[in-house]
Parts: sequence; structure tokens; C-alpha cells
Amino acid sequence: MKTKPNYAAGALATVWLVIIGVPIYVMISWSVQTRDDFLDRGPLSIPASITFANIADVLDSGFMQYLVNTVIVTAASVALTLVVAIPAAYAIVRSMTWASSTMFRIFLLGLAIPAQATIIPLYLIINRMQLYDSLTAIILPTVAFGLPLVVLVLVGSLRDVSTELYDAMTVDGAGPFRTLVQLVVPMSKGAIAAVGTYTALGAWNQFLFPLVLTQDPSMRVLTLSLTSFKQEFSINVPGMMMAVLMTALPVFVLYLLARRWLIAGLAGVGGK
Amino acid sequence: MAVVTESPAPARAAPAPPARRSRRVNRPSSWYLLPAMAFFGLFAAFPLVLVLYLSFTDWTGIGTPAFIGVDNWVRLFENDAIWDVTWTTLLLTMLFWVTQTPLSILLGVWAAGPQRNRAVLSALFFLPLLLSTAAIALLFNRLFDPYVGIGRGLEPFRNILGTSSGAITAIVIMVGWQFIPFHTLLYQAAARNIPQVLYDAATVDGAGRWHMFWYVTLPQLRNTIITSSTIMIVGSLTYFETIFLLTSGGPGTATRTLPLEMYFRSFRSYEFGYASTIASVLVIVATAVSLVIVKFSGFAKMRSTMEGL
Repeated sequence: MKTKPNYAAGALATVWLVIIGVPIYVMISWSVQTRDDFLDRGPLSIPASITFANIADVLDSGFMQYLVNTVIVTAASVALTLVVAIPAAYAIVRSMTWASSTMFRIFLLGLAIPAQATIIPLYLIINRMQLYDSLTAIILPTVAFGLPLVVLVLVGSLRDVSTELYDAMTVDGAGPFRTLVQLVVPMSKGAIAAVGTYTALGAWNQFLFPLVLTQDPSMRVLTLSLTSFKQEFSINVPGMMMAVLMTALPVFVLYLLARRWLIAGLAGVGGK
Repeated sequence: MAVVTESPAPARAAPAPPARRSRRVNRPSSWYLLPAMAFFGLFAAFPLVLVLYLSFTDWTGIGTPAFIGVDNWVRLFENDAIWDVTWTTLLLTMLFWVTQTPLSILLGVWAAGPQRNRAVLSALFFLPLLLSTAAIALLFNRLFDPYVGIGRGLEPFRNILGTSSGAITAIVIMVGWQFIPFHTLLYQAAARNIPQVLYDAATVDGAGRWHMFWYVTLPQLRNTIITSSTIMIVGSLTYFETIFLLTSGGPGTATRTLPLEMYFRSFRSYEFGYASTIASVLVIVATAVSLVIVKFSGFAKMRSTMEGL
């Protein structure tokens, strides 16, 4: 069906593109200018010359240490989440016990818990466990608060696996663990990739748990380091912008390499 | 932000298969649930109970919380500031919804179109999703800075963060910039699933573009509107670093919301008991709002958009 172009919608989309584009343009443009150039020229003008000296400033402020910390937190959060969530989803779909259906309901309710409201008791619990100021302190609650959504998405995907396949595994003499490894994991690869990405993004971008559960610069993650850059670089706005850009770089690479998983992960089950 | 559209009715949980089969099929034991249960119980469910207990204690963050009865709650209700903070939280939530929902619907429906240029442009629309909230808040903090920001020299906008209404406007703009792409994504996916036959029928009836949008597209997006609004509203109540890093609750306390008030009272003023009372209020407000949405939107007995087909 041929329709005439929708000019009003096109105009709205163009305006929106400008709104989206200006802050991103400013961030990139400021990050490649020297401090003097940036102050002399208008905020929106095109850089007269491009410099990468700001990268050195960011690296000198301990960026690599914070990057390593963030990578550890993210990798451990994803690994732990998947290791505990996949068996739980399998049990909820297949074990048919009172415990499994109760757990399903608890996770549904768990979606509504605002993580922000629990930082004070978490601070107490983490202190009592002698974990304050460690990366473990960040990882544990991150996994706990990610679990409800992750388990529900995996349950949704496992319900689509037909009973015949489970029966075939039984006929082969497979126990629950072999069924988990050889059937459940391969059959829910797509969902696992999506929830893995979702967890990784959440862990990478989180701010509040690291803020209240760690203190020492050696335990600092990237999001938190941005606020210290802001203090250290109060006049060095280009350096600050370069730091912001560099923290987003790994996510941007992921976007280029695996756009599909990223969008699925961002949308959670929203798009489902 | 927790994101879900899973139907809240666990009706499909564990349908019983024929008894003959279940006897010989291997089933995972409930032990498979234990690790997930332990994590969630210790670091999510238990803290929720503990925060309520802590609201009845006096605690400086060191040593053991001392039980003091309802003192914190009395103080909370006698303190006018908490009403201002609650009002600011609800006002911002309302402004977020009013600005984000119409724009997300229009952009999502637009992006769902089959045209090639729309696909390319909508890929650009998602760029804000790649930045963390902390990065976005610090970026906008500089963008709105009176000395280096994009408004420098443009008088009414120059010091937008310096006035109450300006700071609220700045927060609404930034949160829209950050989250409209996400909600657009939801509406784009939903709009693509609207059966073409409905539009064909409307064309036969002589409906114009506006009629199609109003009488076909919008009703078909009903469930997505409810999902997106729930995510938006419940999320808005708990934004922390968004506001913390953009305005720090200022100027004065003009943009101080419940999560910020809780943070300042605890980790800045070391009144962890009183701050737990505020955290409890946050839980109560968030739960109440969720319940209201569920009750008045008919989320629980959501009608199918496929009816009439």
C-alpha cells in the first residue's frame, strides 16, 4: 500500500534527533579540545583542532584500576546470576513442588522492591559480614536485585520447551543435572544471552551500591570515579567529558558487535 | 530499573501433567531453588524487613542500633520537610509521565514504520541508552552549567539549575532524554505487532491517518501503555543518582526527593534510624502507587487486544 509521506511525524522525528544529538555532539566535541580552546570558543562550535591529550589526564587519574574493578564486578555479577538463576528457573518450570510455585510468586513480588530503600539495612548486613569496602559487597546485592526479572524471563523461555524433549532425556537415562546441562541451557540460549546482557548493563552502570558499600579508591568503580573526576577536574571540563566517553566505550563496542542482544537486554522482557 | 511485562497472574505455574507420566519423568528437586532463594532472601527480602525494624531504632552507623520505639515516626510526622520532599517526588513523577508518554508513543509508532530511513534514525535514537545514569547526569550538569554550559550568555537559560522551577525543568529534560528512547523501544515493538488487517479495514472505511492513529493504533497499544507507565512511575519514585548528580537536591532543597532525603539523613548526617523511617515511607509510597496502577488500569485482568479479530 502506497501512502504519502507523513511530514508532521518526520518533523517531530527530526526535532527529536537534534535533541538526542546535541548533548552527544557536545560531549564528543568538548572531549577532544584543549581546556583553553574549549573556553574561548562557544559551547556548540566545531573544535578548531583535535587533541587526545585529555585521554592521558583520565588515565593518570587511576582509570585503569577503576576499569578493572568494574570488569570484575560486572563479570562476577553475570556469572553468579546465571549460575543461581538457571537452576532456579528450571526447578520452577519442572519440579512442580509447593516450594517452586511459592518461589515464583516471591520473585513476582520481588520485582516491586525498590533497591534504593534497602541501602541502610544492606550497609548494616555488609558491615556485619566484614565485607564493607570490597568488590564482593557490591556484587552480592547486585545479583540479589537482578534475580527476580532474570528468573521470570528464563521461566518464560523454558515454558516453551516441549515436554517431549524432557521425556526423551528421561528415556536416555539422564538425571536432572544432565537435563539441565544438555537440554535446558541449549534450549534457552537466546534468553540467557538477553538476561546476561541485562545483568551486565545493570552491573556496569550501577551507582548507589558502590557509593554506600565502598569507600577506598582501590575499590572504586567507573561510575563512581566520574564523580571524583568531577571534583578533580572541576575546571578541566574536556577531561571530564573524555572520562564520561571512556566509561561508555565498552558498552558502545558491545552495541556495535551485538546490537540484537543489547536491545533485548535493555528491553528486559519489555519487548516480548 | 526493574523492567517487566510478565503477566502478574502466575496462572500457568506448574500445570499438572498426566499422573502416569509424572511418575517416571525425572524432575529437579527443590534444592535447585536454594542458591537463588539464599541470595534473594539475604540481600533483598531480609533488608526490606530490617529497614522497618531500623525505623524504630537510633543508630549512628557504628555499633548496634538501639530500640527507641516510635520516636522516629513521631518526628517524621511532625516535620513539615518530609511533606515537601514527598510532594517534590510525586510532582517529578507526574511531570516525567506527562512529558515522556506522549513523545514515546509518537516516536515508537513512527519508528515502527517499514521505511528504511526510519530504521536508520531509530538506531540513532537509542544512543542515550548506552550511557550510564551517572554519566548522563554529569554530562547534563556541565551542559546546564552557568559558566561553561550551552546556555552561557543566553540570559534566561544561563543559570537554569539556580532556580527551583529551572532545576525541576532541567531534571525533566534530562530524564526524558535518558528514558524516552527506552519507552520508544517498547512502543516500537508493540506497534509492529498490530495486525495489518486492522489498518486495511480502516482504509476501506475511509479513515484518514489521524483516525487510524486514534482509533486503531492507540487502542492496540493499551497494554503497552500500561506496562510502560508502570515502569516509568515506579522507577521515577526511586531515582537517586539522576537527581543527586545533576542538582544534589538543590537549589536549597527544591529538588530533594525521598531517596535523596534518605541518603542525606543517613550517609551524610548519620541519623540511620530516622533515615530508615524515610526508607519505609518510600517502600509504602512505591507499593501504594503500584497497587493503584494495578487496580485502576485493570492490569490484573488485562483485556486482550486481539478481541474482535
